[in-house]
Amino acid sequence: MTPLLSVRGITKRYGTHIGCADVSFDLYPGEVMGIVGESGSGKSTLLNCMAGQLVPDAGEVVFDTRANGPQNTVTMSEPERRMLSRTDWAFVHQHACDGLRMGISAGGNVGERLMAVGERHYGDIRGDAKDWLQRVEIDAARVDDRPTTFSGGMQQRLQIARNLVTGPRLVFMDEPTGGLDVSVQARLLDLLRGLVRDMNLSAIIVTHDLAVVRLLADRLMVMKSGRVVEAGLTDQILDDPQHAYSQLLVSSVLQV
Amino acid sequence: MSAYNFAYLDEQTKRMIRRAILKGLAIPGYQVPFASREMPMPYGWGTGGVQVSAAVLIPDDTFKVIDQGSDDTTNAVSIRTFFERTAGVETTTVTRDASVIQTRHRIPEERLHEGQILVYQVPIPEPLRFLEPRESETRKMHGLEEYGLMHVKLYEDISRHGHIATSYAYPVKVEGRYVMDPSPIPKFDNPKLGDMAAIQLFGAGREQRIYALPPYTQVVSLDFEDHPFEATKADHACSLCGSEDSYQDEVIIDDAGRRMFVCSDADYCKARQAAGHHGKDAA
Amino acid sequence: MIELNNISKTFTLHNQGAAVIEVLSDVSFSVEPGECVALTGASGAGKSTLMRMIYGNYLARSGEIRIGDVDIVRSEPRTIIALRREVLGYVSQFLRVVPRVPTVNVVSEPLRAVGVSATDAKARAEALLLQLNIPERLWALSPTTFSGGEQQRVNIARSFAHTYPAMLLDEPTASLDATNREVVLQLIEEAKARGTAIIGIFHDKAARARVCDREIDVSQFSPEVAA
Repeated sequence: MTPLLSVRGITKRYGTHIGCADVSFDLYPGEVMGIVGESGSGKSTLLNCMAGQLVPDAGEVVFDTRANGPQNTVTMSEPERRMLSRTDWAFVHQHACDGLRMGISAGGNVGERLMAVGERHYGDIRGDAKDWLQRVEIDAARVDDRPTTFSGGMQQRLQIARNLVTGPRLVFMDEPTGGLDVSVQARLLDLLRGLVRDMNLSAIIVTHDLAVVRLLADRLMVMKSGRVVEAGLTDQILDDPQHAYSQLLVSSVLQV
Repeated sequence: MSAYNFAYLDEQTKRMIRRAILKGLAIPGYQVPFASREMPMPYGWGTGGVQVSAAVLIPDDTFKVIDQGSDDTTNAVSIRTFFERTAGVETTTVTRDASVIQTRHRIPEERLHEGQILVYQVPIPEPLRFLEPRESETRKMHGLEEYGLMHVKLYEDISRHGHIATSYAYPVKVEGRYVMDPSPIPKFDNPKLGDMAAIQLFGAGREQRIYALPPYTQVVSLDFEDHPFEATKADHACSLCGSEDSYQDEVIIDDAGRRMFVCSDADYCKARQAAGHHGKDAA
Repeated sequence: MIELNNISKTFTLHNQGAAVIEVLSDVSFSVEPGECVALTGASGAGKSTLMRMIYGNYLARSGEIRIGDVDIVRSEPRTIIALRREVLGYVSQFLRVVPRVPTVNVVSEPLRAVGVSATDAKARAEALLLQLNIPERLWALSPTTFSGGEQQRVNIARSFAHTYPAMLLDEPTASLDATNREVVLQLIEEAKARGTAIIGIFHDKAARARVCDREIDVSQFSPEVAA
């Protein structure tokens, strides 16, 4: 099987400071990978390098495109990369306001990606938008309301709908449940799990919440000071961590 | 008079602007940056249009200026006077006699002919501005033809009003490539933009952009399959000349709410009246 | 079906002076299809550790663990996940679920994961819940608020929804009353009859005697004994 995403030797420096160094892995269709580590461990830098939002200093990110098979997204032309990020990729930001257009209705937010790929029938776009609102458990009657009138959890679900409407194959998530209260987090995680299974999505989730990765991620990478110190099956790393830092990270979590 | 160079601007500046115009004509709809000069009038009074006019005017030209279709409003009068004094060109109010027409917010009703130049005053050249405030991003969007956002605006219109409520500065796509702001002309005028015999030049002074449509360019107003573009106008005949096909201005005539509709294109209306057409309120 | 060769396990506690705890060494045995093997030995002998290693939850230090033709010690996460989805079931002592998910969905999820339709998966889940005497009014609720015994029965229903060729059972009858204990033992017997290879930990001696074909005393693998 061809990996959906093949990352080789990704390195990003900020001057003399290392953002992330020499990260390599393969992600297969339908796999969900978590990246954990403390603040400043380079997990967001890595995510942004993979999602084409930062240019790495070294390494390649090979994505198995629908049309032309595996392509290095670091060296591909910008239009191609931007097309990927509108179609096959999705990016869920921690703060919904970074991933939504707050001045535009929920329907417009969901419809944007459809219009960006050439959909020109208002009725169809609106129908799809309503359908997606329901899939993320937002009342379709709110299709014309702006996200500013939504709660934090609803905004986050709207952001997910907006990202998934074009049927992407790879979703990047940066702390998707950060900043939400616990009960809302659970609902969102449940929703994400269902969508990942039903759409056979692959996902890379950056978080510092180990409970989130235990529920969502099949596998885990633990990062410290820009480097991957341990990688493997999620429950194995959480229950039998091998590296000193992973052990510290796991033992630092309060048990409830 | 002799104190000024012909048409106010120095020759180097005019060359610079002409280069921008030529580039704009070569890439229809593309916004060409130019080094906009300080003009002896405030921004918002047509400084972009004036610089473009200054760059294209030659002594043999006959110049006409309209402001929302009218030759005799302050803006039109002051710009016409400006070029009378600085270029010494002939001026006219008759559309077909003019070789260069500077306009604010209208296209004349009468079909323009080859050899004419229509210069638009443009306040905001960037059609994506209100959807994406970052200029770096909108340039990239134009470069990569990422125009989905433009339809988001129209989508919002329909979802809020049941139809596309944008009634002026209605965005168009030029030759299947660039999305362009046609300046704040009513959308009634949009169909005249395409396939026009005259050259159309657009100047934005404050924003330092020039763009252009060469003669007989394809210009399509954006729309949805199930909400097609409509060139609407007030559903009234002109009170003075009786025209039912021209764009009408609504004029409030007293405190009791009485109103009349008259042609916005003053020259067109006058010509019709001279030819014996009369509306219900004609004197 | 399940084969262990020279398995050893140590825990290195990096944050406690890098203390190395040797737990198991040189574990070798195999389980045939349709066979049920009980792990025995005193508390702390490493029964649960061994089970967790077989499930891939703990990482063996050396040796190999073959489930079918997969060596779980050296496999990619996705291989282990596919194995757990289709081949290897595990009844743990604790139910771990996403909060808010209804019990019936918790139980049908393993079936949905192997591609069974939502309707069929739900029907099978409801049959199991009925069999395990979970009141129907609880099916639409999340099991997180259930009693210990109820949670354990939901856990068992979930683990027996899909018919795995290999299963690991960690105290499946603990905290169950006589009626439900009988249901679970029947489920185990049915699985054996289907040819499922089973490894279990049973403190319940009668249950062990009834379903297990042989016993393996894990104490024999402790490093002190071996040394």
